[in-house]
Amino acid sequence: METEVLARIQFAFTVAFHYIYPPLSIGLGLLMVIFESIYLRTRNPEYHALAKFWTKIFALTFGIGVVTGIVMEFEFGTNWAVYSRYVGDVFGSALAAEGIFAFALESGFLGVLLFGWNRVKPWVHLVATVGVFLGSMFSAIWIVVANSWQQTPAGFHIVGEGLQARAEITDFWAMVFNPSSVDRLLHVWLGAFLAGAFLVLSVHAYYLLKGRFMQISQKAFKIALVVATIFSLGQLLTGHHSADGVAKNQPAKLAALEGHFEASAPADMYLLGWVDKDKQTVTGIKVPGGLSYLLEYDTEVPVTGLNAFPEDERPPQVNAVFQFYHIMVAIGMALILLTLLACYQWGRGRLFQKRWLLWAFVFAVLLPQIANQAGWFAAEMGRQPWVVYGLLRTSDAFSQSVTENQILFSLILFFLVYALLLVLFLYLLHKKIHHGPYDEEPGEGRPRTREIAEMLTKN
Amino acid sequence: METFLGIDYPTWWFLVVGALFSGYAILDGFDFGAGAWHLFFKKEKSRRIALNAVGPVWDGNEVWLVIGGGALFAGFPVMYATFFSSLYIPFMLFLVFIIFRAVAIEFRSKEPMVWWRKTWDTTYSISSIMLAFLLGVVLGNVLQGIQIGPDYQYAGSGFFEFLNPYALLTGATTLSLFMMHGAIFLLLKTEGQLYDKIQSLLRRGMVFFMVSFGITTLYTLLYIPHLSDDFQQEPLLFVIPLLTFLSIANVPRLATRKKFRLAFLFSSLTISFLLVLVAVELYPVLLRSSLNPAYDITVYNAASSTKSLKIMMVIVAIGAPLVAGYTLFVYRTFRGKVKLDETSY
Repeated sequence: METEVLARIQFAFTVAFHYIYPPLSIGLGLLMVIFESIYLRTRNPEYHALAKFWTKIFALTFGIGVVTGIVMEFEFGTNWAVYSRYVGDVFGSALAAEGIFAFALESGFLGVLLFGWNRVKPWVHLVATVGVFLGSMFSAIWIVVANSWQQTPAGFHIVGEGLQARAEITDFWAMVFNPSSVDRLLHVWLGAFLAGAFLVLSVHAYYLLKGRFMQISQKAFKIALVVATIFSLGQLLTGHHSADGVAKNQPAKLAALEGHFEASAPADMYLLGWVDKDKQTVTGIKVPGGLSYLLEYDTEVPVTGLNAFPEDERPPQVNAVFQFYHIMVAIGMALILLTLLACYQWGRGRLFQKRWLLWAFVFAVLLPQIANQAGWFAAEMGRQPWVVYGLLRTSDAFSQSVTENQILFSLILFFLVYALLLVLFLYLLHKKIHHGPYDEEPGEGRPRTREIAEMLTKN
Repeated sequence: METFLGIDYPTWWFLVVGALFSGYAILDGFDFGAGAWHLFFKKEKSRRIALNAVGPVWDGNEVWLVIGGGALFAGFPVMYATFFSSLYIPFMLFLVFIIFRAVAIEFRSKEPMVWWRKTWDTTYSISSIMLAFLLGVVLGNVLQGIQIGPDYQYAGSGFFEFLNPYALLTGATTLSLFMMHGAIFLLLKTEGQLYDKIQSLLRRGMVFFMVSFGITTLYTLLYIPHLSDDFQQEPLLFVIPLLTFLSIANVPRLATRKKFRLAFLFSSLTISFLLVLVAVELYPVLLRSSLNPAYDITVYNAASSTKSLKIMMVIVAIGAPLVAGYTLFVYRTFRGKVKLDETSY
């Protein structure tokens, strides 16, 4: 028992930390491609400066993403041996495809993206930028496919019994397009775009507030705002689709998301609340029949509740699942409001006069991050007690031969190393942001075209 | 069992994984090796040049580790599960040093303070040394066999079981091999005083390698007889150690004539041949049980289904030329001696 808990804590900690970075890389990748493409079309040096500046920050997120990602790959083997044996045949091909198609593409072109500004033609450089961006998108495909297979297994059969039992692939495409993978992939991609766009918004809003890099920041802010608005709204669609899928494929999880206990009754939707698992009650603000309505467009339709499942097949942490899910949804709504508000002000031509709005954007950078994390916690804790839904229990899946002391040792080690990593990341991020897209003259509040031109002719 | 070109699918996948590990060892081998020498360079500029020699490629090189690990997981899930959970501590240390090394490379140039750069230089070098050493330690444990019990479960105990004399020897040998390999790589990337300095370091590196390789070979022949069984039964296989020795002998020969491109080719071949040697000695066993041969993990009892292996062969057939293509593109873009510019580390 103790080993299982430690193994879960270690996995949750390392994967949650890892997941700060890949969404930023994917999202920044998109904006870098946009900036660099505009530069190639217009030859306006400001966009070149933007592309270079964000590439530097991208390098930081990408580097940490890679090393913390390697940890994830090996942790399946070190801490989840039974799981690895069980899923290897199915899951392995997705992981191999990730390595060979996605990760190699990313890392192969990364050298050119970071160090090739002066070595290759501008269009070749853009190809490298697009390559890295696509690579990071592909990475997400294979990882989400693998995880979705754990949520909604398909295209396999079970061979063997007991410790020797394992899933074997019967249909590769059925495995890849298992019932939840497309919805969840879109949801993950959009979450990543939002993480990147809101970082760009935050940094340039800060410059605008401080009166630095004004022209360039206005341009960057508008582009990122368009991206953020489109995808905040898009997230409503992908989120809705995902929830529909959960209702069909993982009814116990859906019931946990809204704290719905009665085996078969119309289900409410909570704006916020607190679940008491023992008393089977939820205290909070609700829309009666809201969940039923969202699923079937009828507030009276019964929804399968937690009590319809045997005790040992219900997610044990209902309140946590409920809270994580509601945090994610609330943030999603907040992002839509914020971006629409900004667009409205833009339409009135007052976007950059509203200082409070810019300040809101400075801090809004944390929101997509929290939502991404909360969403994954809801998805993974909602799947419990299964590691592969309906097939393999988490309590059977960990490495039996690894001892508590070993995990404690590695957990403490990871904790220290990641704490250091986070401090360094924030420090260097701050430093890069403080320095900005190009060198300013002391006391100079506005960029000078000559200076930008000089910087570019040096290349 | 289904075959393709007369070879069964688990064996094909064994060859694929072997090729990936060999590619990984050659590529990350030279940048670990280069890192291991780092503290021998005293001047700031020398250190920057040495670091930037691996700057654009180290990340791509580590991709091979990710792909190799993925290939092992996909093709031999049983091996993947037992291998990593049995050698828990060395792999966890490996991961931690991978992180430290990446951090050191990324962060060293970000501040000008002497203490900052010294700290990261030391971190970079020690991590590089430890990574090369740990790879060797893991290899030593694989060669020797570990305590695998029934149901592919590790039956050993103790935190430090992985640190046995043979593993220490293979660790040192791997480190010395990578240092030799890395020094030759640096010679391709440097000029002037630094180039001269690395030449003299390479001489030391070669001696270090010859000595540790000699001791390890002797120890293997004397104390680990199961590793030379195959060769006694099949004398034709002696071609492989012979080629290995020829390739090793070529490295100092070419190095003294300053033909470093060719020397690099032969140090790469040496790494490959040594791994082929390991593969021949082990096959069809992947992980030997020191308790009972019945518990051995072999390519057959560890393999995924034929269906799965076929899918992955298709993935490899499509993916491998792509990876080779952009690897070549990157190495071409950054060919020649290191020139520091404002994008350098």
